[in-house]
Amino acid sequence: MNQPTHDDHWLVQPENIRRIWRVFYIVLAATVLAQLVIKVKGYFGIDGWFGFAAGYGFLCCAAMVLVAKGLGVFLKRPDNYYDG
Amino acid sequence: MAELASPALILLAAALLIALTRGHLRTAVIFVAPLATLWAIWQVPDGVADTVRFLDYMIEPVEGSALRRLFATIFAIMAFTGGLFAFRQARWYELSAAFAYAAGAVGVCFAGDLITLFLFWELMALFSTVIVWCGGTPAARRAGIRYAILHLLGGVILKVGIEGVVVHTGSIDIQPMLATNFDTWMILIGILINAAAPPLSAWLADAYPESSPTGSVFLSAFTTKTAVIALILLFPGEPVLIGVGLYMVMYGIIYALLENDARRILAYSIVNQVGFMVCAVGIGTHMALNGAAAHAFAHIIYKALLFMSAGVVVYRTGKNKCTDLGGLFRTMPLTTICGIIGALSISSFPLTSGFTTKALISQAAVDQQLVTVYFLLTAASAGVFLHAGIKFPWFVFFQKDSGLRPKDAPWNMAAAMVFFSVLCIVIGVFPEAFYRFLPYPVDYQAYTAGKVLFYLQLLLFSGLAFFVMLPWLKRTPTISLDVDWIYRRLLPTIAAWIRDAVADPLGRVGRRITYMFEAALSRIYRHHGPEGVLARTWPTGSMVMWVAILLACYLVLYYV
Repeated sequence: MNQPTHDDHWLVQPENIRRIWRVFYIVLAATVLAQLVIKVKGYFGIDGWFGFAAGYGFLCCAAMVLVAKGLGVFLKRPDNYYDG
Repeated sequence: MAELASPALILLAAALLIALTRGHLRTAVIFVAPLATLWAIWQVPDGVADTVRFLDYMIEPVEGSALRRLFATIFAIMAFTGGLFAFRQARWYELSAAFAYAAGAVGVCFAGDLITLFLFWELMALFSTVIVWCGGTPAARRAGIRYAILHLLGGVILKVGIEGVVVHTGSIDIQPMLATNFDTWMILIGILINAAAPPLSAWLADAYPESSPTGSVFLSAFTTKTAVIALILLFPGEPVLIGVGLYMVMYGIIYALLENDARRILAYSIVNQVGFMVCAVGIGTHMALNGAAAHAFAHIIYKALLFMSAGVVVYRTGKNKCTDLGGLFRTMPLTTICGIIGALSISSFPLTSGFTTKALISQAAVDQQLVTVYFLLTAASAGVFLHAGIKFPWFVFFQKDSGLRPKDAPWNMAAAMVFFSVLCIVIGVFPEAFYRFLPYPVDYQAYTAGKVLFYLQLLLFSGLAFFVMLPWLKRTPTISLDVDWIYRRLLPTIAAWIRDAVADPLGRVGRRITYMFEAALSRIYRHHGPEGVLARTWPTGSMVMWVAILLACYLVLYYV
């Protein structure tokens, strides 16, 4: 049924995308759980906490996207802005 | 005399030969000249090779050190690989300009005095402008003019600083200094303009994406990294640079997140990456300077690789914008894989070059107990994965199906990309071998289980943030205003306003003067013209009457 064709690559089929997400969640969980056995050396205390890098990475990125989105309201212009 | 010949002269001669030769001979020049330069670079001994007297100054065209050789080496490798990438597609004058541009960069690396440095600096400005113009479009022409004006301005500021230092200290030696007076500030500002530091960062993202698919590969490598070596040589440990670098890091991320043009995303991420290096120079310890040099080396490779993959896409599809691209992985697997390797490297993913070089900078911040700097750099590492590591490959190669089915890269472009991909991984897997070439001895273990785990968490959860927030990152056909708005929109508007304000009143005054003149003329005409009162023939009777009146008046006055 779902034979991968030139226009319907296996990578874009919904069930495969779901499968990739599942693998991704497992890897994410594994990187955090691995901290139970592997010690992360914290240089300033807080960065040695359990799952610190995971939370810090996620929150920083979320903050950057929000800041970019906010600044975009003021900074974005149509891409022919300077042509006129 | 041979000691005075900078290895840069080989590339300069090659630039001339590329213009004069054709066919296979030109191809041979393109491949042999960078290799010969590389050989010459490694013949340069430590210290000043020789001096020559010029206008009472002791010029030192060639001064060697591990740092100088390291930068010159990557510039020569870049010239070689860029030549491989471009030689079948680029026009001869673009290749010629690119080699002259590379010669400038190598020349700056070995400059033993400020005058030599300045000469090669301007050589770069000149020929990089030509490369921008080689984009061939009206937009490239305009961007090239803006680029040239800013770089000439930067050159003038640098020159003012150099003159000041020469006048006040009598020395033209390149030696570490701090920005403590007008002269040194001018030198610092002149260099920082080339590093795309704030407030004049916009020239980079303005000009580079307007060049040809091959031109942007050369442009990505030389100007900003030459500024980095100049900063390492002249301003190690200058505290201002820490703040400047951190600003650049964040600026690059935010603007790249807003951007729609694929190569402009990469251009903003140059500013971001150079920010890491500038910050490291500001920290100024041996570990930090090693980090800046190593990161510059690795950065040139993966950034050129990213620009190559974007260049192939532009070359094959003629499209720049993420909104027009997507789904190219189907027919461009090699370009996609090489682009992803570049993207992983810039994100400092374990087993890639970025991981082993950026870690030195973070370690330097740790060693100096710079807590805020460390956490901001770590946040920025996450942000790099967000804007360059995932955003670039996702929107260009995956995302939606744009319906485009272009062919993969031509063989020479593919070979260049594969070569740089391999280098990214080799430096990532064998860091100790690479660390040996750094200016100071390295006592650092790049791979420990804890460090790898920390970065995997950081980066993978950044990836999660990207996909969770994807609707917010949806591309729009827009550009983002930057400081260049001042000289692209505000100043022209003010100039037009002044022109109107000055020109129109002048017109009004002119009209008024003309009106008054004409009114005076017509009054004179009324009295003295052929029909005027004073020109008329008066009747004899009225004259007799007037004579009688005058006589009567006379008689009255006589008897009174």
